[in-house]
Amino acid sequence: MFKIIKKSVLGDKLVLFDVEAEKIAQSCLPGQFLIVKIDEKGERIPLTICDYDSKKGIVTIVVQEIGASTKKINSLKEGDCFQDVVGPLGNPSDLIELNDSELKSKNIVFIGGGVGVAPVYPQVKYLSEKGIKCDVILGARNKDMLILEDWFKKLNCNVYSCTDDASYGLKGPVTNVLKMLVEEKNIKYNHCVAIGPAIMMKFVCIMTKDYNIPTIVSMNSIMVDGTGMCGACRLMVGNELKFACIDGPEFDGHKINFDEVMKRQAQYKDEEGRALLKLIEGDTHHGGCGVCGG
Amino acid sequence: MANRVKVREQDPKVRAKNFDEVCYGYNEEEAVLEATRCLHCKNPKCVEGCPVHINIPQFIEHLKHKEYDKAIETIHLSSSLPAICGRVCPQETQCESKCVLGIKGEPISIGKLERFTADYARENNISEKVDIHTNSKKVAIVGSGPAGLSCATDLAKLGYNVTVFEALHETGGVLTYGIPEFRLPKEKVVKPEVENVKKLGVKIETNVIIGKTISIEDLMHKEGFEAVFIASGAGLPMFMKIPGENSNGVFSANEFLTRANLMKGYRDDYDTPIKVGKKVIVVGGGNVAMDAARTALRLGAETHIVYRRSEKELPARAEEVHHAKEEGIIFDVLCNPIEIIADENDNVKAVKVINMELGEPDDNGRRRPVEVKGSEHNIECDMVIMALGTTPNPMLPKNTKGLNVNSKGCIEHNDETTATSIEGVFVGGDAAIGAATVILAMGAGKKAAIGIDNYLKNK
Ligand SMILES: Cc1cc2nc3c(=O)[nH]c(=O)nc-3n(C[C@H](O)[C@H](O)[C@H](O)COP(=O)(O)OP(=O)(O)OC[C@H]3O[C@@H](n4cnc5c(N)ncnc54)[C@H](O)[C@@H]3O)c2cc1C
Ligand SMILES: Cc1cc2nc3c(=O)[nH]c(=O)nc-3n(C[C@H](O)[C@H](O)[C@H](O)COP(=O)(O)OP(=O)(O)OC[C@H]3O[C@@H](n4cnc5c(N)ncnc54)[C@H](O)[C@@H]3O)c2cc1C
Ligand code: SF4
Ligand code: FES
Repeated sequence: MFKIIKKSVLGDKLVLFDVEAEKIAQSCLPGQFLIVKIDEKGERIPLTICDYDSKKGIVTIVVQEIGASTKKINSLKEGDCFQDVVGPLGNPSDLIELNDSELKSKNIVFIGGGVGVAPVYPQVKYLSEKGIKCDVILGARNKDMLILEDWFKKLNCNVYSCTDDASYGLKGPVTNVLKMLVEEKNIKYNHCVAIGPAIMMKFVCIMTKDYNIPTIVSMNSIMVDGTGMCGACRLMVGNELKFACIDGPEFDGHKINFDEVMKRQAQYKDEEGRALLKLIEGDTHHGGCGVCGG
Repeated sequence: MANRVKVREQDPKVRAKNFDEVCYGYNEEEAVLEATRCLHCKNPKCVEGCPVHINIPQFIEHLKHKEYDKAIETIHLSSSLPAICGRVCPQETQCESKCVLGIKGEPISIGKLERFTADYARENNISEKVDIHTNSKKVAIVGSGPAGLSCATDLAKLGYNVTVFEALHETGGVLTYGIPEFRLPKEKVVKPEVENVKKLGVKIETNVIIGKTISIEDLMHKEGFEAVFIASGAGLPMFMKIPGENSNGVFSANEFLTRANLMKGYRDDYDTPIKVGKKVIVVGGGNVAMDAARTALRLGAETHIVYRRSEKELPARAEEVHHAKEEGIIFDVLCNPIEIIADENDNVKAVKVINMELGEPDDNGRRRPVEVKGSEHNIECDMVIMALGTTPNPMLPKNTKGLNVNSKGCIEHNDETTATSIEGVFVGGDAAIGAATVILAMGAGKKAAIGIDNYLKNK
C-alpha cells in the first residue's frame, strides 16, 4: 500500500499528491513516470513523476481529471492509499546523460502545456540545481488551469506564462510566446523540450522545425503494463516502431506523426465514456441504449 | 485393451459464452480406471518424453491403489507445478506421444492423471512434508512466472532466504496475464500454487521492476543478495510491420489477453476498458492465437484465425485447436495479411490478405509458405489481434551492465549451471531460450536452483 501524505488542489480538475514510495523515490530521475492502481479493480494509470524526495521516500504526482479513473484518483484524500504504485518507468530525460560543460553549451527552452507543466518541473529543477539557467513557457487554457508557476519562479529560470483566453499572463497559445522569444527577442535556442497535449506538441514541433531547433517531446500514449509487454503504447518514430514505455517516453518530436498519435489516444472513447457515466450516475445508467448517446 | 477414459468437458455451445474451465478433469473413479490401463513398462518411454522426467509409471501405480499422497509425492520429486502442467502441457507431443499404448490404440491420459493427482492433493490438503534447515544466505529471483516460482521453491527447500521480485501487481507471469481463465483458473489453481511457494518462507514483492526500481548490482552489493536468478520471461510482442498496423482496433495478443485476464476488462465491476469486436481476425497459429481467439469469441465476436501455413502446421496444441473449432472459431489457413485498412477515423475496417501455398521445406523441414500471385482480397473486420510470438524483454539487459544477450535477445548462459556473464547471476525460462513452454520454464527453474546451490556452497 502506498499512502497519500499530502493532497492539494492546484486548479480546475488538477490535483497534486505526495505519495510514499520509498524505492521509487530513491531510484527515479527527471523524465520518468510511474503507474498507479487505486484498488483491486482499478485501471493501471501512468503518471509522470513531477518531483521526488529520496530522503523522505516521497514522490509527487499531478493528476488531471479527464476520465473515470483520474476522477477516482482525484477524489482520494490524505491518508488514503494506492494499492499499487510501480516505477520508475521509462528512460530518464536525455539531458541527465550530459555532463556539465555539455549542458552549459545548451540554450534550452522548456514548454509545458496544461498538466504537461508538471513533467517539465523536475527537468528545470535538475538544471537549476546545477546552476544552468533556461527559459520556460507555461501554457494553459485559462488562469484556473495554469499550475506550479510559483514553483518555477523559485528556480533559476525565466518564466513566461500564457493562457488561451488571456485570463492570466501573455495571451494565446505557447507557440505565440515561442515565436515572440525567437523572432522579437532574437534568442537562439539550440534545444527545446515540449510536453503537453498532443495538439500542442504538434504545433510546437512544426514551429521548431522551421526554426531548426531540435525538439524533444514526451509521449503519453495509452498504456497497460508500462514494461514493454503489451504494445498498446506503440508509435512510429520516423520509420521505426517504438514502444513509448520502454523506448521513451521522450522522443525526437520532429520524427513523430502527431495525427496518428491523436487518433490512437481516442481509441477507447466509447468504452471510457460509458465508464465515466457509470461513475457519475451510479448503476442506473448502463449505456448502449443509444437514446442518450451513452 | 480398453479405450482411454473420456474426460468430461463443458458443452461447446455453453462454454463459448462463459469463462469457466472447459475441461472438468477426471473424478476419482475415472482416474483410477484410467490408471489401471498402464502397463508399468520396465523401460517406460513416457518418462523419456517428459522434459522433467517425472516417474510416470510410479505415480500412476500409486493412483491405481488410491495412494494419493504417494502419487503426489512422486510427481513433486520432479515437478513443482503439477496442477498447472497437467492442464497446459502439450502432452500429445511429450509423454503421451511416447506411451507404448499409443502404437496400437490410445496412449494413457497422463496429463489428465497428473491434473487429477494435483487437484486431489490440493482439495484434500495433502501437502508436501518438507524439513527445511534454513541458512542465512539471500537469493533474489526476478519474475514470478513458472521459472521463478519453481526455482524459489527448490531454493527455499534447500534453506535459502528467497525473495521473488515481480514487475506487475500480480504474481504468476504468463500463467496470470496470458493463459485465460477457461484453460487455467486463477483463484482455484494458480493462486494456491503461489501460496504454496509462500508457505515455504519465500517472500514475494510485487510492483518491483529489477533494472528500474532497483538494479541487480544494488541487490547484490547493497541489499546483501548473494545470487540472483533471472526469470523475466519473453513478453515483448512482435508485430508484422505492415501498413496500417497502428490503426485503432489492432492489438497484440498480449495486450488483449492482459486486458482480459490480468485487468478483467470484460467485467463491469473492473475499470480497465477492453474493446469487443463484432468480427475479429486473429493472426497466427500458436497457443497464444488460440487463447486470444477463444477469448474474443467469449466476448461475443465472430472470430477467425488467419494462418499462413496449412492446418497441419498449426503450432498450437491439438487439444486447443480442437476446442477452438468446437466453439465455432473459423480457420482461414494458407492466408497472410499484407495490409490493414482503416476508415477515416483510423478504425480498422478490413484486412487485406494474400493466399499462400506450401513450397519447398525450410531448414526445420517445415514447408515454406509462398504467396499466390494475384490472390489478394479483403476480409472485413472491426478488430485485429496479432499473435505472432514474443521475444525476451530488453529492459533488464539494457539496464544491467555486463549482462550479455545473443542476437535473439536471449540472455547468454552456461547450459549446465545456468550461469550468465555476471558472477552470481543465473537465468532460466523464456528469458534464456525465448518463448517456450511452462514445463521447460519450470524445469529450468529447478536446474538453476541446483546451479545456484553449487555456486553458493563453493563460494
Ligand atoms: C508516460 C505518461 C505520463 C503521463 N503523465 C501524466 C501526468 O503527470 N498527469 C496526468 O494527469 N496525466 C498523465 N498522463 C495521462 C494519464 O495517464 C491519462 O490521463 C489517464 O490514463 C486517463 O485515464 P482516465 O480513465 O481518467 O481517462 P479515460 O477515460 O481513459 O480517458 C478520457 C479520454 O482521454 C483519452 N485518453 C486516454 N488516455 C490518454 C492519454 N494517455 N493521453 C491523452 N488522452 C488519453 C481517452 O481516449 C478518452 O477520450 C500520462 C500518460 C503517460 C502515458
Ligand atoms: C497466451 C499464452 C498461452 C500459452 N499457453 C501455453 C500452454 O498451453 N502450454 C505451455 O506449456 N506454455 C504456454 N505458453 C508459454 C508459457 O506460458 C511460457 O513459456 C512460460 O510462462 C515461461 O515462463 P517464465 O517463468 O520463463 O516467464 P513468464 O511466465 O513470462 O514470467 C516472467 C515474469 O517476470 C516478470 N518480469 C519481467 N521483467 C521483470 C523485471 N525486470 N523485474 C521483475 N519482474 C519482471 C514478468 O512481469 C512476468 O511476471 C503460453 C504463453 C502465452 C503468452
Ligand atoms: S509408456 Fe504408457 S503404458 Fe508404459 S509406463 Fe508409460 S504411461 Fe504406462
Ligand atoms: S505499455 Fe505495454 S508495452 Fe508499453
